[in-house]
Amino acid sequence: MEKTWNNKAWFMVLPVLVLVAFSAVIPLMTVVNYSVQDTFGNNEFFWAGTDWYVDVLTSDRFWDALTRNLIFSAIILAIEIPLGIIIALNMPKKGLGVPVCLVLMALPLLIPWNVVGTIWQVFGRVDIGLLGHTLEMLGVNYNYVQNPIDAWVTLIVMDVWHWTSLVVLLCYAGLVSIPDAYYQAAKIDGASRWSVFRYIQLPKMKRVLLIAFLLRFMDSFMIYTEPFVVTGGGPGNSTTFLSIDLVKMAIGQFDLGPAAALSIIYFLIILLLSWIFYTVMTTSDAQS
Amino acid sequence: MARIDLEHIRHAYGAKPKSENDYALKEVHHEWNDGGAYALLGPSGCGKTTLLNIISGLINPSEGRILFDGKDVTHLSTQDRNIAQVFQFPVIYDTMTVYDNLAFPLRNRHVPETEVDRRVKEIIEMIGLGGWAGKKAQGLTADQKQKISLGRGLVRSDVSAILFDEPLTVIDPEMKWVLRSQIKRLHKQFGFTMVYVTHDQTEALTFADKVVVMYDGQIVQIGTPAELFERPRHTFVGYFIGSPGMNVLPAKIDGSTATIGDETIALNFRPEIKSGAKTELGIRPEFVAIGREGMPVAISKVEDIGRHKIVRARFADQLISIILDEDGEIPAEPRIAFDQKAINIYADSWRVGGEA
Ligand SMILES: Nc1ncnc2c1ncn2[C@@H]1O[C@H](COP(=O)(O)OP(=O)(O)OP(=O)(O)O)[C@@H](O)[C@H]1O
Ligand SMILES: [Mg+2]
Repeated sequence: MEKTWNNKAWFMVLPVLVLVAFSAVIPLMTVVNYSVQDTFGNNEFFWAGTDWYVDVLTSDRFWDALTRNLIFSAIILAIEIPLGIIIALNMPKKGLGVPVCLVLMALPLLIPWNVVGTIWQVFGRVDIGLLGHTLEMLGVNYNYVQNPIDAWVTLIVMDVWHWTSLVVLLCYAGLVSIPDAYYQAAKIDGASRWSVFRYIQLPKMKRVLLIAFLLRFMDSFMIYTEPFVVTGGGPGNSTTFLSIDLVKMAIGQFDLGPAAALSIIYFLIILLLSWIFYTVMTTSDAQS
Repeated sequence: MARIDLEHIRHAYGAKPKSENDYALKEVHHEWNDGGAYALLGPSGCGKTTLLNIISGLINPSEGRILFDGKDVTHLSTQDRNIAQVFQFPVIYDTMTVYDNLAFPLRNRHVPETEVDRRVKEIIEMIGLGGWAGKKAQGLTADQKQKISLGRGLVRSDVSAILFDEPLTVIDPEMKWVLRSQIKRLHKQFGFTMVYVTHDQTEALTFADKVVVMYDGQIVQIGTPAELFERPRHTFVGYFIGSPGMNVLPAKIDGSTATIGDETIALNFRPEIKSGAKTELGIRPEFVAIGREGMPVAISKVEDIGRHKIVRARFADQLISIILDEDGEIPAEPRIAFDQKAINIYADSWRVGGEA
C-alpha cells in the first residue's frame, strides 16, 4: 500500500510521546544524572564521569549477580516454554472443559508477586508449611533458608507455578486459530503426531511463542519480589540477583552513584538481550 | 482402486438427533464402482463435504457401514483407508517448500526417496509450478496454493480413491481446463475411483461417467448426464441441471391426461399416483415447441444468448421458459406444444411412471 506523508500525523502521536517522556525518559535521565556524579550529602554533587560504571563493571559482585540472573532466566525459559506448549496442546478445544481450563490457568496470573512470594514462603517452611513439613516427614532434607540449592529450587518452582500459565494461554490462542481443515489434511497425508506439531501447530504458535519468550525473559531477568520475600537474597548471596543487589546498594547502603550506574547497565543488558532474541527469532522467520 | 459401498449411511453433527432435519446426511445407500469417475453435484449445504469426509474416515457416520471391496472399514482410521482427498479450501504447510509439500504424503508413508522425487517432479510439472519447487509455500498466491493442495492429492499413485471437494474453484478458467484434463488422464492411467464435488454442472457433465445429484442430505439421482437431462428423478434435478432448468408446472393428472389450467395434455403413459399427492408436470425448455399450433402463451421476454434464444412466457398463469433456435421465429399469436416423449410427471416431487 502506498503511504502518503502527512505532517499532521505527528500531532496524533504527540500525547503518547509526552506520556512516555514523563513516565520513562525523565526518570531514566535522573538516574543517568546520578550515575555520573558523586555526593557527600548536603545535596552537593561532584562530577564523577564514568567512575561508577568502571566500579560496577569491575566488581565481582556485579558479575556474580549477572551470572545468577542469566542462569535463572535460562532455567525458567527452558522449563516454562516447553511445559506451556505441552499443556496448551492438551487443553480441550471445545466443550465445557474450555472455560474451566482457562479460568484455572488464569488464576496464578491474577495473584500479585509479593503474595505469591508469601504463599510459597509459608508453604515451604519446615516448621509450619505444608510442603516443607511434608518433605521433612518424608525424610527429604529441604530448607530454603539454609541450603542454596533448595532456595533456587523454591524460586524456580514458584516462578514456573506463577508464570507457565501465561505461556499456556498465549500458545492456546495460537492453537485454536488453526482451522480444522489442517488437521484433516494431515490425516489424509498420513502425518504423524510429531509432524502435525512440527509443521502445523508450531508454525502457527511461532508468533505467540516469540512474545511469550520475550515477556518471560524480561520478566524473569528483572525478578525481584519473590527472592526478596522468600530468601532475601540468601542463603549467603546465593539468590542475590541484580535487582536485589541494586536495592541493597541504593537503599541499604545509600550508594546512589553506583546504584544508578548499575541500573543503567541492567537496563541496557535487558534491552540488548531482548533485541538480540527478537532479531534472531524474526530473521529466522523471514528466511523460512 | 476399490469399490466403495455405502450402506444406509446417516449422519448428524449434533449428539442426539431428534428429527429427520437434524441429520446432515439423511440416508445414503449407494455404491461407487471400482475405477469409476463420479461427479457429485448439489446446492450449498446439501451434505457433499460431509459425505466425502465419511468416505475418507474424517467423520464417523452416526449410522451405517462403509465397505471397501467388501471389507468393512467403518471403524478404520483415515490413514488405514488409503484415500486421498483434496479439500474445498486449500491447505498447505507454510513452512515447507513447494517440493516438500508435495513429497509430504509420500514421505509419511516411507516411499523410497527416488520414487518420491520422480512422482513429485511429475506432479509439479502437471500443476504448472515447475520453477517453484524450492520456494517456501508461504508467499504463494491463492491459486498456487490450491494447485499444491490438488497436487498433494494426486501425488500418491496407489490410493484406493481420490475425493475432490471443488478443487478448482479459485483457478482461472484456462488453467482449470488444463488441470481437469490432467486429472482425467491420471484417472485413466491409474484407475483410482474418483469422486469429484463441483458446483459447476458443465464441469460435472463433461468430466464424469456418472453424475450424483444430492439435495438436502440425500442422493436424489445417479445417472449419466443424458439420464439426468431427460429423466430427472426429482424436480430438484430438473431445476438444477440444465440452463434454464426444467419447467415444472402444477398439473392435475387423470389417467393418461394432464391438465394445466384449462389446457389438457395427452401423455403417452398412465402414471400411477397415490391420492392426495401433489402432482406436477415437468418439461425441459428444449422440448417446448413454439409456433402456430397448440396451446396459447403470452411472451414476456426474449433473451438472445448467442447459440439460441430463451423465451420467457406465461402459460396457463405459470411462468415457462422455452428454448428457441437462433433463427427461430415467434408468430404473432404464439402457441406452444410439448414433446410428448419428453414429459415427466412428478408426485410429491418424485418422478412417477413412464419408461426410466
Ligand atoms: N462441523 C459441522 N458441525 C455442524 N454442522 C455441520 C458441520 N459441517 C457441516 N455442517 C452442516 O451439515 C450440512 C451439510 O454440510 P456440508 O459441508 O456437507 O455441505 P456441502 O454440500 O459441502 O456444502 P458446500 O457446497 O457449501 O460446501 C450443512 O447444513 C452444514 O451446516
Ligand atoms: Mg462443502
